[in-house]
Amino acid sequence: MPGALLFAAQVVEALPGNAQRDTELARQMQALSLTVHIPIVCFGIAFPAMFLFVEGLHLRTGDQTYKALAKRWSKVALVLFAVGVVTGTILSFEFGLLWPSFMATFGDVFGIGFALEGISFFVEAIFIAIYVYGWDRLSPRAHFLTGVPIVVSGFTGSFNVIAVNGWMNTPDGFDLVGGRVVNPRPFDALFNQNMWHEIIHMYLAGYIVCGFIVAGVYAFAWLRGRRDHYHRTALVVCLAFASLAAPVQVVVGDWAGRDVAKSQPVKLAALEGLQRTERGAPFTIGGIYDRDKGEVRYGIHVPKLLSLLARHDPNARVIGLESVKPADRPPVNVVRIAFQTMVGIGTGLALLGALFFSTWLRKGRLPRSRWFYRAVMAAGPLSFVALIAGWITTEVGRQPWIVYKLMRTTQAVTSADGLAVGYAGLVAVYIGLGAAVVWLLRRLARRPAESEVAG
Amino acid sequence: MLPQLCLALVIVGVTAYGVLGSADFGAGFWDLTAGGAERGGRIRGMVERSMSPVWEANHVWLIFVLVIVWTAFPVAFGSIFSTLSIPLFLAALGIIFRGTAFALRGHAATMKEARGLGALFALSSVLIPFCLGAAVGGIASGRVEVGNAAGEPFGSWLNPTSVLVGVIAVLNGAYLAAVFLAGDSRRAGQPDLVRAFRARALGAGALAGLVALGGLLVLHSDARALYDGLTSGGGLIMVIVSALAGVATLGLVWAERYGPARLTSALAVAAVVVGWALAQDPYFLPGRLTLRQAAAPDAVLSVVLISMAVGTLILAPSLAYLYRLTLQGRLDQDYEPLDQRFRP
Ligand code: HDD
Ligand code: HEM
Ligand code: HEM
Repeated sequence: MPGALLFAAQVVEALPGNAQRDTELARQMQALSLTVHIPIVCFGIAFPAMFLFVEGLHLRTGDQTYKALAKRWSKVALVLFAVGVVTGTILSFEFGLLWPSFMATFGDVFGIGFALEGISFFVEAIFIAIYVYGWDRLSPRAHFLTGVPIVVSGFTGSFNVIAVNGWMNTPDGFDLVGGRVVNPRPFDALFNQNMWHEIIHMYLAGYIVCGFIVAGVYAFAWLRGRRDHYHRTALVVCLAFASLAAPVQVVVGDWAGRDVAKSQPVKLAALEGLQRTERGAPFTIGGIYDRDKGEVRYGIHVPKLLSLLARHDPNARVIGLESVKPADRPPVNVVRIAFQTMVGIGTGLALLGALFFSTWLRKGRLPRSRWFYRAVMAAGPLSFVALIAGWITTEVGRQPWIVYKLMRTTQAVTSADGLAVGYAGLVAVYIGLGAAVVWLLRRLARRPAESEVAG
Repeated sequence: MLPQLCLALVIVGVTAYGVLGSADFGAGFWDLTAGGAERGGRIRGMVERSMSPVWEANHVWLIFVLVIVWTAFPVAFGSIFSTLSIPLFLAALGIIFRGTAFALRGHAATMKEARGLGALFALSSVLIPFCLGAAVGGIASGRVEVGNAAGEPFGSWLNPTSVLVGVIAVLNGAYLAAVFLAGDSRRAGQPDLVRAFRARALGAGALAGLVALGGLLVLHSDARALYDGLTSGGGLIMVIVSALAGVATLGLVWAERYGPARLTSALAVAAVVVGWALAQDPYFLPGRLTLRQAAAPDAVLSVVLISMAVGTLILAPSLAYLYRLTLQGRLDQDYEPLDQRFRP
C-alpha cells in the first residue's frame, strides 16, 4: 500500500457486530498496560549486555568484584524479566480483550511479527534461567556463553513488536479491495517504513533508561560515601552504556522526525502545532495550542527551523493540520507537550553523557562535583519520562487511527461491557505489582555484595 | 492442508501448556493444600525448588498459542476474546498475581511474608486453569459466535461444559504436578516427600479420571455435538488412548517409576487435546466457523509454518539443553523446607 495513504481509505471490519463508539476506557487500559510494560522491558533489552560485559571483565581479570556485580545484576534481571513476562502477557490478552476487531481484520497481516517474537522470548526465558541458576555450576566459559543468547533475544524480541507498531503507523503488505483487506504479505508488513527508526530509537532508549536508572542507584550510594571498587565499577559501567546511547539518540530522533514528516504529515503538524501548510515553517518552543484560533500561543517562534529540521531545507513545504478535517486530527496539546518533553529531556541527557565521557577520557576518573551525581540520580526518572512521552507522541499522534488512515480506533474496539470494572481491577493489580517489585529490589540491594561470591 | 498444519501447531502448543503449564499450576495447588507452616513447609520447599528454573519457559507456551491463533485464525481470535472476555481477563489477572508472588516468595524474610505471598500464588494457581478451562469449554460447546462480543457474556463460560472442563483442568494439573514432584523429590533424596507426592498423585489421578468419565454424561446433555464427536471415530480412539495412558500412569506411579510416568501422563493430555480437535472437525468454532473459513490466506499460513520450522531449529536444542540441565540436577537449588529458612 505504500504511497497511497495520504487519503483515508477506511476498511470494512472483518468482525460483524457494533463496536463501542466510546473508546476512552479501552485506550486508557492499553496505555496503562504499556506504561507498565515498556520501562520494564528496557531492562530486558539492556541489562543482559551490561552484566555480560561485567562477567567478561571477571573472566579476563579474575577479579571477584566483577563476578559479584554480574551475579547481582543477573538476579535483578531475572526478577524484572518475570515481571516483563507477566505484564507482556497482559498486553497479549488485551489485544483480544480490547481490540478484537483490529485483530480479526489485520491479525493475519502483522501477526507474524509476534510469532517471531514468541520464539525470541522462548530463547530468552530458557537462557536467562540457565544463566542465573547456573552460576558456579557451569564452567566459567560455558556460563558466559549462555549469556549471549539472552542479549540477542532481548534485541530480536523487541524488534518484532516494534515492527508491528511501525506497521500501525505506516501500514503495508496487503491490498484493499472494496474496503476488505486481502492478499496479505507478512514480510512486507514487518519491514515497513517506520520500522527502522522506531527500532533503533527504542533500542537506544532501552540502554538510556536502564543505564541511567541503575546508575542513579549507585550515584546515591556514592553520595553517601560508598566509593569502593564495587560501587565504582557499577557506576562506570552503567554510565558508559547510557552515555554512549544518549547523544546518538538525538541523531536518531532527528531521523525519526524526518520520517514522520514524510509518512505521517498530520502527526508532524500536531507535534509542532502547525496549523497551515507553509514553506519555511517556523519551529515553536513551548506554548499552548489554541484550537479555536488554530495557533500556538505564548511559545517562542524560531523562523524556518521546522522546515530545516523536518526536511533539512529551510524553505521546504511542511504540511499543516488544516490539510485534514478536524475529526481526523490528533489531540494537539497532548502530543505536542509529550514531544517537547522528550526532546528537552533527550537534549539534557545527551549533555550529561558528553560530560561524563569527556571527564572519563581526559582525566580517567569520574567527575568530582556532587551535582554530577545528583544529575545522574535525576537522569533515571527523567529518561523514564522521555520514554513514555515518546510513546505518547507516537501513539496519540496517530489518533484517531489505530491503523494509520485505514482503521479508526473506534472501529477496532470491543463491544463487550464492563470495561470499567476491568480497568479498576487492573489498576489495583498494577499498584500491588509495583509495590511488590520495589519491596523485592530493596531487599536484594540490602544484601552485602560479598554474599554473591561464595554461593 | 495448510490450515490443518497450523491447527497442529495450536494443538502442540495447547498440549505443551496443558502438560507443563498445568503442572506448574498443580504445584501451586499442592502448595495451597500443604497444611500448616511446619507440616507444609517441606512440601512448599520442594515445590519452590522444582519450579524456579523452568516456570517462565513453561509459560511461553501460552503466548505461543495466542500468537498462532491470532495470526492464522484472526476472526476466530477476535470472536473468542470478545465473547469470553470475563474468564480470559480473570486468567490474565491471575497470571500477574502468580508470576509476582512466586518470584517474590523466594526472597521473603519472615514466615508471615512467605505465607501471604504463598497464598496469593496458590489461589491464582487454581483460578487460572479454571478460567482457561472454562473458556475452552465455551469454545468446545459451540457458545462462541462469530462477531464482536456476539456470544453470551456469562452463559458462554458459566455452563455445565465450561465448569466441567475448568474442574478437570485444575485436577489434571494437580495430578501432573504430583507425578513430577514425586520424581524430583526422589532426585533430591527426600523419601518422605516421595511418599507424600506419590499418594497425592494416585489420589488426584484417580479423581481426575472419575470426573472425566462422569463428565461424559454432562457433555451428553449439554454439548451433544461434542459428545458425539468424542464417542465415535477418531475422537473415540483418542479418548481411549488417553484413558489407557492415564491408567498406565497410575500403574507406573504405583510402581514408583516416575520417569516413564511423566511421559504417559503427558500422552494422556495430548490425546485429549487431539480428541477435542477431532471431535469438532471440521469446525474451528463449532457450528459457526469451519477450520477453512477461520484460516488466514495461504500466504500467511505458509509464512507461519516456515517461521515456526526455523524457530524450532533454534528452540529444540535450547529447550533440550535446559531440560537436560534440569533433569541432571545441574540447575538444582539446594533443598530447604520453606519454614526452616525462618527458624532462628
Ligand atoms: C529515553 C528515551 C528517549 C529519548 C531521550 C528521546 N526519545 Fe524520541 N522516542 C522515544 C524515546 C526517547 C520512544 C522510545 O518512546 C519512541 C516512541 C516510538 C519510538 O519509535 O520511539 C520515541 C519517538 C519519537 C518520535 C516519533 C516517531 C514516530 O512516531 O514514528 C520522534 C519524532 C522522536 N522520538 C524524536 C526524538 C528527538 C528529536 C529526541 C532528542 C532530542 C528524542 N526523540 C529523544
Ligand atoms: C499492535 C497493537 C496495538 C494497539 C491495538 C495499540 C493501540 C493503542 C491505543 C488505541 C492507544 C491509545 C491512544 C490514545 O490514548 O489516544 C495506545 C497507546 C499507547 N501505545 Fe499502542 N497499540 C498497539 C501497539 C503498541 C506497541 C507495539 C507499542 C509499543 C511498542 C505501543 C505503545 C503505546 C503507548 C506507550 C501508549 C500510551 C500513549 C498514551 O499514554 O496515551 N502500542 N495504543
Ligand atoms: C503491544 C505491545 C506488546 C505486547 C503485546 C508484548 C508482549 C509481550 C509478552 C507476551 C512478553 C512475555 C514473553 C514471555 O512470555 O517470555 C513480553 C516480554 C517482553 N517484551 Fe513485550 N510486548 C509489547 C510491547 C513491548 C515493547 C514496546 C517492547 C520494547 C521494545 C517489548 C519488549 C519486550 C521484551 C524485551 C520482553 C522480554 C521480557 C523482559 O525482558 O522483561 N515489548 N512482551
